[in-house]
Amino acid sequence: MLLANIAQNLNLNPINEPSADVEVTSGYASDLLSDVLAKAKNGAIWATNQKHINIIGVAVMLNLAGVIIAGGIEPDENTVAKAREENIPLYITETSLFDVAGKLYELGLRST
Amino acid sequence: MNDTVASLHFKFEVNGGDFAKAGDASSRVKKILQQIGADQAIIRRVAIACYEAEMNVVIHARHGFVVLDADLEKIIIVVDDEGPGIEDIELAMTPGYSTAPDSVREMGFGAGMGLPNMKSCSNEMEIHSRRDVGTTIRMVFENA
Repeated sequence: MLLANIAQNLNLNPINEPSADVEVTSGYASDLLSDVLAKAKNGAIWATNQKHINIIGVAVMLNLAGVIIAGGIEPDENTVAKAREENIPLYITETSLFDVAGKLYELGLRST
Repeated sequence: MNDTVASLHFKFEVNGGDFAKAGDASSRVKKILQQIGADQAIIRRVAIACYEAEMNVVIHARHGFVVLDADLEKIIIVVDDEGPGIEDIELAMTPGYSTAPDSVREMGFGAGMGLPNMKSCSNEMEIHSRRDVGTTIRMVFENA
């Protein structure tokens, strides 16, 4: 599934979208960074309520397809700058983390 | 790996408390491994373990280094810090155990999963620590 389809389906607000023509292999939802590091697959889209710069570092380490900050939370300024620098797609949405995960699941994405 | 690269050695500095730059050393390590054509699966294991170790320096220590050594057979990451040390290594290895402050836990770190993650990503892991002096963690990653 392409990132563009997910962004459109979930009506995500792009904060950084170098390209939406990115294949998304799976999904993950967690606010614990070590949990994401251990479990999220390369190419996953990650939904979280964290907003600080280190979420981009985690996305870089895992080659994630993108990050969604859920629940109407605004990313820190240096998070946005880092996402641009590292070409990591970053989205925000008013939708809760629970509902974002549910919608990703509904689209057919799994965590494994 | 690329046969023309016999071995390589890089050292990166890590500053305690600098969350804005946290992960930069691991990111450099990952890019070097990509450039030399290391296998994707080993890059993922090194990246995760190196990032966890680097975060531990940022969270707990004053200052440290990430050292990368790689040859055709294996990749070695050594993370060496000046800091409080680990009082009880066996306890620190227990999943869920953490001494991280609340401010760091709120960021989603300090869940007590870092050391277990490093252990499961590496083929060998050794921890040497002295209280109020520092900690050295050496991890070996073998090419499959």
